[in-house]
Amino acid sequence: MRKRLRCAVFGWLGAALVCAGLAAPAQAADPIKIGFGMALTGGLAGNGKAALIAMQIWAEEINAKDGLLGRPVQLVYYDDQTNPSTVPAIYSKLLDIDKVDLVMSGYGTNLEAPAMPIIMQHGLVFIGLFGLAVNDQFHYDRFFQMQPNGPDAKHSLSQGFIEAAMTVKPTPKTLALVGADAEYPKVALEGARDIAKKFGLKVVYDGSYPPTTVDYTPIVRAIQATNPDVVFVASYPPDSAGIIRAVNEVGLKTRVFGGGMIGLQYASLKQQFGPLLNGIICYELYAPEPTLNFPGITEFINKYQPKAIAAGADALGYYLPPYAYAGMQVLGQAVEATKSLDQQKLAEYIHANNFKMVVGGVRFGKEGEWLGPRVLFVQYHGVSGHELAQFEKPGTEVIVYPGEYKSGELEAPYSDIKR
Amino acid sequence: MDFSTFLQLLIGATADGILLGGFYAAVSVGVAISFGMLDIVNIAHPAFIILGAYAAFLANRQLGLDPIAAAFVMLPVFFALGAAVYQTYYLVFERRGDEALRGLAFFFGLLFVIEVSLILMFGVDYRFVNADYVNIVRDYGPIHLPLRTVVPFGVSVALVTALQLFLSRTFTGRAIMAVSQDRLALQLMSVDPRRIKRIAFGISIATAAFAGAFLIIIQPVQPSMGRDYIGRIFAICVLGGLGSFPGMVAAAILLGVVESITSTFAGPSWSPAVSFGVLLLTLALRPSGIMGR
Repeated sequence: MRKRLRCAVFGWLGAALVCAGLAAPAQAADPIKIGFGMALTGGLAGNGKAALIAMQIWAEEINAKDGLLGRPVQLVYYDDQTNPSTVPAIYSKLLDIDKVDLVMSGYGTNLEAPAMPIIMQHGLVFIGLFGLAVNDQFHYDRFFQMQPNGPDAKHSLSQGFIEAAMTVKPTPKTLALVGADAEYPKVALEGARDIAKKFGLKVVYDGSYPPTTVDYTPIVRAIQATNPDVVFVASYPPDSAGIIRAVNEVGLKTRVFGGGMIGLQYASLKQQFGPLLNGIICYELYAPEPTLNFPGITEFINKYQPKAIAAGADALGYYLPPYAYAGMQVLGQAVEATKSLDQQKLAEYIHANNFKMVVGGVRFGKEGEWLGPRVLFVQYHGVSGHELAQFEKPGTEVIVYPGEYKSGELEAPYSDIKR
Repeated sequence: MDFSTFLQLLIGATADGILLGGFYAAVSVGVAISFGMLDIVNIAHPAFIILGAYAAFLANRQLGLDPIAAAFVMLPVFFALGAAVYQTYYLVFERRGDEALRGLAFFFGLLFVIEVSLILMFGVDYRFVNADYVNIVRDYGPIHLPLRTVVPFGVSVALVTALQLFLSRTFTGRAIMAVSQDRLALQLMSVDPRRIKRIAFGISIATAAFAGAFLIIIQPVQPSMGRDYIGRIFAICVLGGLGSFPGMVAAAILLGVVESITSTFAGPSWSPAVSFGVLLLTLALRPSGIMGR
């Protein structure tokens, strides 16, 4: 009886040790879960899907190098449908059910801001993706923005354009401002009004249009009637396309044309417009110019492009993808450096250090925005035909602002280049 | 602003508005049939338009077909799709008398199914077509006519005229107009109302092939764009008078001209307010719409 009892006790003990032995490595191999919502359907899906591809590339690369802290990385994400009302539920699920270790934001202000209260409640580090002044209201010290607008986004979105335009001889005197009735264009136009005042430009047209506008010809005609020297446009992709068409159909005569036109950064619109882009000055976040050859960017773009073409996302990947990848780089670098997932330590590290990423070096300011802005303005030169390959070569999108990255001279007047 | 500039702007804005109205008419004609004549609130119609746009894109890219020619080719496919959707709607909702709220949910769901299917098939990038006339502008004094809007306008007018002739001159057409008014009378003439509604709904969806082709000629498209058009389409149908094609065309052109003139002279942000102001005023004075009975 005693022998049988001893056998049973040792048996249980042995089994327990075996289980413990198996469990220990299993825990070590548990993935670090990074959670986020992303616009995979709805109006912002074009950028959302491109961002997701970039984040997946980062995760693949990290996992190929033994992961973070020796643990594999797993991305846990849900489609926010470009609908802000879905965001709180997505982050609640990520935190309470999926038990993610780290979080990233979805794409854009409207999908970033609704996550903030939940993130703050859990005290997590939150890396935003192209939100506009989201932390101005929250003042959350663990928030970091991945967008090169700098601490004064309102002005940096137009400063470069107007500064570049003022280099044209004779110096421009009048300005037309036009943009969509939506958050980004409104902020950009507000900033442009201030910058215009600073440079003594007279605003002769100042209008906004509803995002559902189909025909932009009447707007361009009204702008033409005011005969402006410079036209600044703040628009989203469908409007950018409509405005460029209308400008060419009406034959707008102006010396400098362009601005913060979202959409011109995408391969599909570049390809569609081809030569119609010549002379337009537009904001960009990356261009394949020799002055912008950051370490790792070419390798990233080379990995991104085939995946994007297969997924039907932006085929060039110059706009959001490098920044989505860079956001993951910041998070990964902070985890590796602190050897921890402690949110306080991560936030302190990110605040205190410079980061070298595929989008260049960056340091974050007090509110989590980039310490200095780096919004580029490029002018399209010598575009002929509709081949996409020409946009991958230097010299097609010449950087005219800022001086630090300038790769060519601004050509004017726009009306003559267009002809 | 001097008088000659004012006049030039006014003429230009009116011309642009008329052309825009032609496009609005093409987009709304399907809803004029389904909502105006069949009492089916097909809020998924804009998604079918986007489907039409992608069909035109595919034919343009793969076969080099002109988008409008592609719409002609796709006409029977869209008709069959419409007939199948109606059959499902009938069997699941209408036959049981559940069509009011559940039917609405059905079309709402259909809108999302089409959108997500397009995303899975084509991705989320903006798509566009190449056509010889897209970058051509004809100048007639102060009027600049871009063929990008002139061609859809012309085809749209032809489409609506053909449909009006079909509805007023053929037995099936008259039966379609009668089906929502007096179903029993139709049955007494040994006509199956379900068959007539199936044909009418098929025609309604077939028009989306054209509207989609026009849309992708005018601007690049992506799968979720259709939602932007829901309000405008139904507003045009109500303004014109439910079930009246000439009324719908008049409303589309009126809305186009009002939007265009408001954009030019008062600023584009006023155009929806003025357009919907016109809608409210018209309905206050003529509750049945411009040409409603």
